[in-house]
Amino acid sequence: MFGQILPMKIYLGVFAALVVLTVVTVQASYLETGPAMHLIVAMVIASIKAGLVAMFFMHLKYENKITWLYAAFPLILLAILMGGLFIDNPYRVKTVPIGKQPVEEHVSAPAEH
Amino acid sequence: MSHSLFRTHWDAGVHPRLHHMDRGTAYEAAKLGMWLFLATEVLLFGGLFAAYVIYHWMYPAEFHAASHHLDRTVGLINTIVLLTSSLTAALAVDAAQHNKNKKVSLYLALTIVGALIFLAIKSYEWHHKWTDGLFPGSVSPEGIAFNSPEFTHAYKMFYGLYYCMTVVCTGFTLFLVRPTLGGYSTIQVRTAGHRSTIPQWRLVPCTGTWSIDLDLLIPLLYLIG
Repeated sequence: MFGQILPMKIYLGVFAALVVLTVVTVQASYLETGPAMHLIVAMVIASIKAGLVAMFFMHLKYENKITWLYAAFPLILLAILMGGLFIDNPYRVKTVPIGKQPVEEHVSAPAEH
Repeated sequence: MSHSLFRTHWDAGVHPRLHHMDRGTAYEAAKLGMWLFLATEVLLFGGLFAAYVIYHWMYPAEFHAASHHLDRTVGLINTIVLLTSSLTAALAVDAAQHNKNKKVSLYLALTIVGALIFLAIKSYEWHHKWTDGLFPGSVSPEGIAFNSPEFTHAYKMFYGLYYCMTVVCTGFTLFLVRPTLGGYSTIQVRTAGHRSTIPQWRLVPCTGTWSIDLDLLIPLLYLIG
């Protein structure tokens, strides 16, 4: 047969871990911490879960190098996109919603002579 | 059951997809194709993800407030439904690897049931959004229309992204039924005494991404408050 055969306890164990992590991430969101901490905890747990699904449910752990390359390159592209946004955004003039732009004011009043 | 069409191809030793390569090569090619499809999917979701990051950065307070309108318990239940669906899809592949065809059919049927439960919960959630005036075009009980200027831009952005991201997930659910059924019919062919190892790979990555998508969606939309 093609493909790595995994023992049943791996599937069930991974599933149990995923459910536990899901419950943990929801419970953690009720804790009294700063919003930044909420986001960090939630994203770290989500990454671990995504990794578990890819590695075991999708058998990535047992795949050859070319499959790993195919799995990795969109993440690299995504990192470039996000990296670019993080570099770019702080230096932008704050965007104002369409229709809410303030009326341009004269910075210096014209001299009256 | 009528599988005469497939059976003819197989009996002749020619499968529509296999005629130009041996089965090992075809298996590897099909698997890489699936991962390539996943790459495009990551980039599709990546665009929405990037938009989310920028708008969250611009309007943190409004995003937190808007996130409180989403029910975390419903989000939790839906995630667990999808995780179960991913498990049954993985078990279907496992059963196919052990040549247990009846089990394959059972697990695939369970996967589709999971998808339907997901859709049912989503429609319940969206119905509530409509009655609460949080859906584009709807009016809240207090008489404030979603499209009116009283409803701030940041709220509209949050819900816009919420609907886009969940539509991608829901679209996946619908899109998945086809490969799952495709896998089902080809596995039926195997029951007729033939062996195909390719179709099983169609469903694994599908349900995988599906749960990974929702996995990212829940913290971003539901849990930031």
